[in-house]
Amino acid sequence: MNLHEYQAKELLKTYGMPVPPGIAASTPDEADKAAATLGGTAWVVKAQVHAGGRGRAGGVKIVKSSKAAGEAAASMLGTRLVTAQTGALGIEVKRVYVEQACEVAKEIYLAALVDRSIGRVAFLASSEGGEDIEEAAAAAPDKIHKLVIDPKTGLNDTDAKALAADLGLSGETADAVATAMAAVYKAFLENDASLIEINPLAVTEAGDLFALDVKMIVDDNAIYRHPEFEKLWDEAEVSAEEIEAHRHELNYVPMDGNIGVMVTGAGLALAILDMLKDQGGEAANFMDVRPVATREQVAAGIKMLLANAKVKAILVVTIGGGVLRCDTIAEGIAIACKEAGNHVPMIVRAAGTGKELAELALNNQGVQVTYATDLAEAAQLAIIAAGGT
Amino acid sequence: MGILIDGDTKVICQGLTGATATRLSERAIAYGTKMVGGVVPGKGGQSHLHLPIFNTVAEAAKETQPDASAIFVPPVTAAAAMIEAIEAEIPLVICVTERVPVLDMVRVKSALEGSSTRLIGPNSQGVITPDVCKIGVMPERPHTPGRVGIVSRSATLNYEAVDQTTTVHLGQSTSVGIGGDPVYGMSFIDCLELFFADDATEGVILIGEIGGTAEEEAAAFLKSASSTKPVVAYVAGINAPTDRRMGHAGTVDVFGEGNVTAKIEALDTAGAIIAPSAADMGTTMRKALGGR
Repeated sequence: MNLHEYQAKELLKTYGMPVPPGIAASTPDEADKAAATLGGTAWVVKAQVHAGGRGRAGGVKIVKSSKAAGEAAASMLGTRLVTAQTGALGIEVKRVYVEQACEVAKEIYLAALVDRSIGRVAFLASSEGGEDIEEAAAAAPDKIHKLVIDPKTGLNDTDAKALAADLGLSGETADAVATAMAAVYKAFLENDASLIEINPLAVTEAGDLFALDVKMIVDDNAIYRHPEFEKLWDEAEVSAEEIEAHRHELNYVPMDGNIGVMVTGAGLALAILDMLKDQGGEAANFMDVRPVATREQVAAGIKMLLANAKVKAILVVTIGGGVLRCDTIAEGIAIACKEAGNHVPMIVRAAGTGKELAELALNNQGVQVTYATDLAEAAQLAIIAAGGT
Repeated sequence: MGILIDGDTKVICQGLTGATATRLSERAIAYGTKMVGGVVPGKGGQSHLHLPIFNTVAEAAKETQPDASAIFVPPVTAAAAMIEAIEAEIPLVICVTERVPVLDMVRVKSALEGSSTRLIGPNSQGVITPDVCKIGVMPERPHTPGRVGIVSRSATLNYEAVDQTTTVHLGQSTSVGIGGDPVYGMSFIDCLELFFADDATEGVILIGEIGGTAEEEAAAFLKSASSTKPVVAYVAGINAPTDRRMGHAGTVDVFGEGNVTAKIEALDTAGAIIAPSAADMGTTMRKALGGR
């Protein structure tokens, strides 16, 4: 789960991370008032969407009056911001964050994340912070410094200061970076984060630190420990289908094609998307049914596919295991077709536990499906049924 | 022979009295797995499926000397269950639990350091040596004893590889699911080492997916390994968006790693044979093993 910049900043502030004073606004008038309330002579108005690259896309504007803050907000709110990370459709801006601008002498990159290859939390830091960090990292990997944390001992001050020294910092600024790292590490552990990225962490002429932009991701598997995040779950940025899928415990990601796909297992689902594309087809979605799914959850998933006007054919690929059985999937399909109508061709590849029962169940319920014997045939039949190549 | 488990492997189950654990343990026993007990806090002294239940792994270890523990507990208690098994020095721990918080796994990984335990998972379908022993949730039917070792992050793609190697009459020596989570126990490399040393295994199918660098690390290992056994690799997700979690928590990445094209290139360069699609894993291995 992604937190918005203003949510992440509010959270980090409680851990002692210095952030510029700011107020979130959802109308131009609110933005105008926010600037006036904050005071000062210059403000930054920033679109609150879950995507990087906002600056280059016009989603970050510096203004010199509260009226201009309102105008900047008006130019963003209600529009779809298209950045390098959003895809062509962009994301609708429902909220902006108005923040006091500050003088920046130096921009640092600082992130805490779970380093998968060693299974520990690690800090990444670079003196080359700012929007070009990914290019900088690719061009000069040695400019990215890494500090791996032993979970038994935690982050120690000496190591944090050494990392600050690697960034070319010294004295009070280095101490401030070490203190900021301690705050980030504590926030990371206590909130089950999988990423806290501060980019840039600004150093002012006076040597003070400010987190100017924060990206924070919380581990979906640990949300149960943090009921406060459920409230932040920003439904505004998630489609109605994704909310529906979430409710039925289906892993769902919308895509651009016309073949609705339901697959048991994430890896197999990825493989099916690859096969469709290789053979000239396009999936309308990724949908992974978990082993513990019930027939009602399966039915909800099929109904979502049936309700999608883009979907011209439905491909169901299942390999029954020890927990999920093919007949559970078949029962779900039958329920969905009974309730929503079977108006697009449906291709089913069932293998493994409950395969025969699945075919029997669908036949008995009078559900018209085409059976495929293997994955390649299933993909091919679905593409033909959708009117593709 | 196969790897990790054999006909003498004694197995306990943490969470044995749960509905899923009960059903799958019954099936494991019917398959020939030597189940010797269960661990369910608060139910010590009872019996279930004619097996003794213990309150702690340490007690179960003392009384039954298990070689392996299968963990079937909810995500909330999974990390504690793994750490308890590690501290009781169970040689092989297999955790099938899905959705374990990643910072819990950071603690488990730390507990594993310097221990004698091999951990598989979490979010693993388990390990099976066909007709000899199975620990986990995989379906029995498509498995046949044979010549190919299988190791994968995805359970269902693993079943596909099993189905395909059975169809082309190769069969499996052992099939292992290492799980689709970002932080986990045994890696591709750990399994490759065992498969390369195993007489029954003539070739290995390695199934990766988008996210992380496990496939690249496996490629680096293959480059330096002296084994002549063919390794057929398939990596899923070449057409998937990289910024979205595609079912498995391990499929999201920051900083541009986890790219499937890079994984395939690395494996190809290291001498692995790349299966063109998920439908071709069995036939590709059959070709690689020639007429043998």
